[in-house]
Amino acid sequence: MSRLLPFIGFMLLVGLFGFGIWWNTQHDPNAIPSPLLDKPAPTFNLPQLYEPTRMVSKADLLGKPYLLNVFASWCIECGVEHPVLTAEGPTLGVQLVGYNYKDAPDDAKGWLAKHGNPYDLLIADEPGHTAIDFGVYGAPESFLIDAKGVIRYKHIGPLTPDVVAKELKPAIAAMLKEAP
Amino acid sequence: MRLLLQMLFVALLTFAGVAHAQAIEPMPFKDHAQELRFQHLTHQLRCPMCQNETLADSNAPIARDLRNQIFRMMQQGKSDEEIKQYLVARYSRFVLYDPPLTPGTWLLWFGPLLILLGGAGVVLVAIRKRSRIGSTATEAPTDNGDDW
Repeated sequence: MSRLLPFIGFMLLVGLFGFGIWWNTQHDPNAIPSPLLDKPAPTFNLPQLYEPTRMVSKADLLGKPYLLNVFASWCIECGVEHPVLTAEGPTLGVQLVGYNYKDAPDDAKGWLAKHGNPYDLLIADEPGHTAIDFGVYGAPESFLIDAKGVIRYKHIGPLTPDVVAKELKPAIAAMLKEAP
Repeated sequence: MRLLLQMLFVALLTFAGVAHAQAIEPMPFKDHAQELRFQHLTHQLRCPMCQNETLADSNAPIARDLRNQIFRMMQQGKSDEEIKQYLVARYSRFVLYDPPLTPGTWLLWFGPLLILLGGAGVVLVAIRKRSRIGSTATEAPTDNGDDW
């Protein structure tokens, strides 16, 4: 028995390391769980990208659920996400609100002209102060906000077809079932 | 070759200096004490983007924004604790380099102690076993199962 002990110890370590590898493939180790989840979204009042004199506030968007998608023309991963948003956006059943993050308005407009505009509404946060309230630390990020203004789901990093099918759509379905 | 290495070394040092200078922009502090407080506080907070750097060291745009925000809050007379609370409410406890003692961090705080106690237990058992063997047989045992 005691001769087997080192082997058992070794196998325990193998199991531990194997679990570590498996665990890190199951979730993004860099994603920070948002403390804002299931809490009211922070209040904001931001100009529209195409009509900077018209402001959009959180109160204006109450009543209808929406997906707030934080993007920027300088953000490489946003280019990866863009085709997914374009393809999946109309099938989501919620409004798609683009949140242009720390971007020069002309750069953002140029980027949207080049890649297409999947958004129903576009707001711009050039200084990035409001984004701090949302706990944004890197675009792209997406927040699912319900009709009452509560954050129901958050995804950090690009929305992939997989994430849309396995996480976003079930979250939207659960939200709509609760408050149609 | 040696000259080349020396040149490389000097170049690296120079660039390291440049990177550092970029990370810390001059801010209009009220006095030196406030600057020290700012430096102390930003060294205790983690950049959410580049997670192995403090807010003080990081060059990421978000770190710069958060430094500016902390500076603004200091000018408003907010305490260190209030500033930390503000960041934790938005970026979770993850931003604190010094994790507070909560049920979720018990293992983190006391895990090393448990491992130490476990190790001490193993050593104690081994010593007892040896001394018992030593008292029954004065000759060094050839096979006591401890051959690993």
